[in-house]
Amino acid sequence: MESKARLLKGLGTGIIFGFLLHRGGVTDYNVLVGQLLLEDFTVAKIILTAIVVGMLGVHFLSDRKLIELKPKSGSLRRTIPGGLIFGVGFALLGYCPGTIAGAIGQGSIDALIPGLLGIFSGSFFFAAFYEKYSDSIDKKEFKFKTLPEFFKVNHWQVIIPLSVVIILFLLWLESLGF
Amino acid sequence: MNQLIFAGSWSPYLVGSLIGVLSWFSFIISKKPLGTSTSYARASARLGSIFFGDSVYDWKYYQKYKPELEWQSMLVIGIVIGSFISAILSGQFQFSFIPLTEFESILNQNIIGRIFSAFVGGILLGFGARLAGGCTSGHGISGAFQLSIASWISLISFFVGGAVTALLIL
Repeated sequence: MESKARLLKGLGTGIIFGFLLHRGGVTDYNVLVGQLLLEDFTVAKIILTAIVVGMLGVHFLSDRKLIELKPKSGSLRRTIPGGLIFGVGFALLGYCPGTIAGAIGQGSIDALIPGLLGIFSGSFFFAAFYEKYSDSIDKKEFKFKTLPEFFKVNHWQVIIPLSVVIILFLLWLESLGF
Repeated sequence: MNQLIFAGSWSPYLVGSLIGVLSWFSFIISKKPLGTSTSYARASARLGSIFFGDSVYDWKYYQKYKPELEWQSMLVIGIVIGSFISAILSGQFQFSFIPLTEFESILNQNIIGRIFSAFVGGILLGFGARLAGGCTSGHGISGAFQLSIASWISLISFFVGGAVTALLIL
């Protein structure tokens, strides 16, 4: 078990995260499904803004050795099918793993009972699937974890253009009236 | 300030920026990125053991991700509390079984349909998150801003799979 202090840090971070998710409107079924139907762009605006702000800050901190980044690795055989299956589930349930916790907090029983039971069952099925096929699931991991490693450039050469592209995209969304 | 505390909703750009800032502090204070879905996988061993006995704890996946309360599980519990506080302050807390929605369908306006869509959707969400190695927060936000290739591919796949399905069923 982790230390009490560490558990409390997790709890505190979660309380702020949950507050923000609810205030952002993304614990609402309509807003999430509205995004998938391309009618409401609240989710895209929140995610993309968080990516830009998060990206600038953590790379600044990591350059100064104040934090250590932990980019995830993966493979095409995991990320593409996994991501698509996740997307189908997202559309059916109308919540994702973070926002479902927020939906529970605002009183949504469909999130608390069938939704949560479904996520537990699906995760359990994966553990069973992994027990049998772990060798093949774990194969062919990407040689490069991050985009800068892949393009063999300094990370700021990715961060700056990517931030500009995201900001232009958000301005374009606003100009279309979304 | 008072107005902001009781307001029903905040600008998505304000919320997104604050989540970005929260991510810096998560790395500084807890040395970890924001993420949620692994906690459900850890907890799923408990549910599985009810049906399949304690041998499930020996499975490779549960050896890697032990079914114990850790930082991220507390974060998920925190999300429930934080959202509850926000809902109470803005007067939006309300028990509901069927989401009030303008995108009406048998899958969300009928009680059996909603149990089905939430349960089956949850199964696919849980399985997909484990296969992809993360969810909308772990891959979509934290992974993407660390410029992880796996995270960008996952984020795009989440929304492609989600949009195609939503357009077909709703």
